[in-house]
Amino acid sequence: MIEIRGLEKFFGNLQVLKGVDLDVRKGEVLSIIGASGSGKSTLLYCINGLEPIQKGSIKVDGTDVHAKSTNINHLRQKMGMVFQQWNSFPHLTALENVALAPKIVKGMSKAQARDIAAKQLEHVGLGDKLDAYPSALSGGQQQRLAIARALAMEPTYMLFDEATSALDPELVGEVLDAMRLLAQEGMTMICVTHEMGFARDVSDRVAFVHEGIIEEIDTPTEIFGAPKSDLLKKFLSNIR
Amino acid sequence: MEPTISFFSGFQLSDLWYLAEAAWRTLLISACAIAIGTTLGAVFGWMLYEGKLAATLTLNPILDVFRSVPLIIQLVLFYNFAPIIGLNLDPFMSGVVILSIYCASLVANVARGGMEAVGKPMRRAARSLGMSYWQDLRHVVLPIGGRAVFPSWVGVALGVMKDSALVSVLGYIELLKASQILVTRTQEPLLILTIAGAFYFALSYPISRYAAALEQRWST
Ligand SMILES: Nc1ncnc2c1ncn2[C@@H]1O[C@H](COP(=O)(O)OP(=O)(O)O)[C@@H](O)[C@H]1O
Ligand SMILES: [Mg+2]
Repeated sequence: MIEIRGLEKFFGNLQVLKGVDLDVRKGEVLSIIGASGSGKSTLLYCINGLEPIQKGSIKVDGTDVHAKSTNINHLRQKMGMVFQQWNSFPHLTALENVALAPKIVKGMSKAQARDIAAKQLEHVGLGDKLDAYPSALSGGQQQRLAIARALAMEPTYMLFDEATSALDPELVGEVLDAMRLLAQEGMTMICVTHEMGFARDVSDRVAFVHEGIIEEIDTPTEIFGAPKSDLLKKFLSNIR
Repeated sequence: MEPTISFFSGFQLSDLWYLAEAAWRTLLISACAIAIGTTLGAVFGWMLYEGKLAATLTLNPILDVFRSVPLIIQLVLFYNFAPIIGLNLDPFMSGVVILSIYCASLVANVARGGMEAVGKPMRRAARSLGMSYWQDLRHVVLPIGGRAVFPSWVGVALGVMKDSALVSVLGYIELLKASQILVTRTQEPLLILTIAGAFYFALSYPISRYAAALEQRWST
């Protein structure tokens, strides 16, 4: 379970998160929507400990992410993260990309790491690209590679930060399919997304973030069918 | 080591061997300086990259001195003043020390550039997989940044090899010094210097070919 209490985050004088409270249960799929610049990415970075926080707390399975005593490298193994930019390691093949962290972080043997990497690449539909370098893969394939790379650490939670925003439109589908599959398998997911169809169909809950606050959070039916806040209504009418 | 020169005489086959030995010493002193200088320079580059303000204010000016004072002056000063602080180094060791520092001061900038070439998103992706700071540095930044600045590094390395000729002022008989000795004896500067040039070329050509081949392999 992820528990966020009174989270505040500043970049210098700029307050980006202004008191976020949020619980994400195991097995839940939560989508986060909201205008660009509202603090969605920053929220994910804070959850993963990639950005320090100034106030409040974030606990992952009871462990405080930002406590000094926390072994953050260890805790991060529980949280896979997929970014807008896929960040494939260009000097490694697809298989090596995925096998690297299991090998050096988890200390797996080379053979073990390769097995798990092959399995995860198979899973996202890249079973025929094991020896391909990222430069030979499309954006959609590289993003699925990034998903496989995160999954190879066998995380409990997956965080997606606009995983399809940088893709050409015709490549969005394959990545969303991989995410759907993951959701069906029961993965706990937090997805920052602009794909409203995905948010509606796949999520258990949808959170609407506005200027560093969770303005409204509810089931997709309520959020898209009967939005309460005016800001959310305006946001939804703008994207339709 | 220096042959006794009692009279002028023409170029002989044994002189070629003499030059080859000198070329070997050029290679030796260069390889030592480049190896030590690159290691040191990588550490300095990392300090410049990470330390930001503090390193920029302290380390950078020091490196600037070594980058801008002509090598020949550094060599002579070091060779003559090192004994005062109790360092009795022979010409070879003095040359290695100064060439290494000089090489390090150049590699520092190259290394910093390499680290900057690896974007923050890439490093966040690595850290998000649970890699520690050092694992990220070793397995992501080093290979990616290293490849990005490899051509610049090869340039520095070849430059250091040529600059090693300056250690001849300390009496270390490397390629240039050996040529001068032969020129004095044979009075055939064109021939000797052409041969010496060919030796320098023979030392650096394989390196730049090998580097080009590596780059080619990485780019596919
Ligand atoms: N590293 C940073 N330094 C300074 N400001 C930042 C930084 N990262 C994000 N911001 C600012 O924080 C705000 C929220 O950014 P972000 O979390 O990326 O929003 P979103 O993902 O919702 O588009 C924006 O105003 C952005 O300019
Ligand atoms: Mg964002």
